[in-house]
Amino acid sequence: MRVTLKIWRQAGPSAAGSFSTYSVDDVKDEMSFLEVLDVLNERLTEAGEEPVAFDSDCREGICGTCGLMINGQAHGPQRGTATCQLHMRTFKDGDEITVEPWKVASFPIMRDLIVNRAPLDAIVEAGGFISADTGGAPDANLIPIPKPVADAAMDAAACIGCGACVAACPNGAGQLFTSAKLAHLNLLPQGQAQRWDRTERMVETMELFFGSCTNHGECQEACPKEISIDFIALMNRDYVRSKVKNRKLIGQSFP
Amino acid sequence: MTATQEAPGLTKNIDVRPINKPKKPLPFPLSLYQTAVGKKWVMALTGIGIMGFVFAHMIGNLKMYLGAEEYNTYAESLRELLHPIMPKHVVLWVMRFGMIGMFAFHIHSAYTLTLMNRRSKPQRYSRQDYVAANYASRTMRVSGILLAAFLLMHLANLTWGKVLTGKGFVEGEVYANVIHSLEQPLVAALYIVGQLALASHLFHGAWSIFQSLGINNPRYNGLRKGFAYGFTALVCGLNLTFPVAVLAGIVKL
Repeated sequence: MRVTLKIWRQAGPSAAGSFSTYSVDDVKDEMSFLEVLDVLNERLTEAGEEPVAFDSDCREGICGTCGLMINGQAHGPQRGTATCQLHMRTFKDGDEITVEPWKVASFPIMRDLIVNRAPLDAIVEAGGFISADTGGAPDANLIPIPKPVADAAMDAAACIGCGACVAACPNGAGQLFTSAKLAHLNLLPQGQAQRWDRTERMVETMELFFGSCTNHGECQEACPKEISIDFIALMNRDYVRSKVKNRKLIGQSFP
Repeated sequence: MTATQEAPGLTKNIDVRPINKPKKPLPFPLSLYQTAVGKKWVMALTGIGIMGFVFAHMIGNLKMYLGAEEYNTYAESLRELLHPIMPKHVVLWVMRFGMIGMFAFHIHSAYTLTLMNRRSKPQRYSRQDYVAANYASRTMRVSGILLAAFLLMHLANLTWGKVLTGKGFVEGEVYANVIHSLEQPLVAALYIVGQLALASHLFHGAWSIFQSLGINNPRYNGLRKGFAYGFTALVCGLNLTFPVAVLAGIVKL
């Protein structure tokens, strides 16, 4: 099978970018999309050209490093998979495939298809952790947690931070990522002590970098972990509650 | 990436400059309106208020089918709401100021959030295939602007009686005024376009309210869209019958 790749090339963060077209022959059905880029890069290197820079790490859909806009969809046309899990059997012989990096103001392009996703780290650094003292490691299942709650927290924790939600959002909003990072702690008993502080800080850090939600639902379609926008609703509710609760806390503390 | 000046609360690892400035927090309820999530709450709550008005307006207009006397009495009674308790016109004006306030907040939050979204997404993809976003959700700004224009036209037409009044506008003769306006095919067409814009706006907005306010339960989520589609069909469907009924001569002097 033979495909034509229309790839965004950009030499550096401040350089002007443009599309270059490459043709790749003998692509096999079972190759992943990243392997096709590997094959292309080998040829480019042999020919003395600059290879296409792209991010990847585990190549089994669990690290969140890879992420490309393929034919106008984040992570390509297949639902619930990252770019590394997208196999060439999804495409037909002779297809022209457009490959772009995430294009969001707060994800500056470093080179070709690589973007800087540091703002996602900023959101997690603002409160996506539990620092309250929890004592020694407790026995398993010592804290009773209803099954649906544990399941929902796990669904949220599946987020790998690839940034596809922000990339797919017509508003460049970071709501799905932030709400997933919030929910996987805020739903569980261990996360309660810092719940309102965490919610306020993470939402406000998100709003420094990203746009706002208009409930299109593109993010949950793009998410390789199929995280639901139900978590965004939870975040919207928790944020306003956090404003009320944190206001009460001010009166209770002695600075 | 060049290291940029550090925003408050961001560690040195974050080498991307924020696109939105951190705001100095105002006292509590106002601080909510400084944030995008809070503004979406305001949009949702004012949306509910405006939907309530639109629904009541549609119910009131159904009186048109009961004849001139019923319709005019109804319209006049709006000026005398709660009359023996309150002086005439007072409740009407309280409601009018409430509506103006709700529209102002709804439009202002939409405007500022749109600017925020534009900052976050300065560049489009060369190609983007939408999966979930529908026509209504992507044209909320267009349908919103159309609705604002329609609202002004409607006020100038049937409240102030200044434009497109046809054979003449007489204050208090509401039934005749409506027929004189809507019997002109061009004016009827404007009203129909306005209702289609309303339908498109409600189709996404009435569902979006639940999500913005965090009213979400997987068991009942299907009902949220059902409510939005039902409300849109009911209000816009019945509103559309008015210009059609006048044009068809079902409602006549």
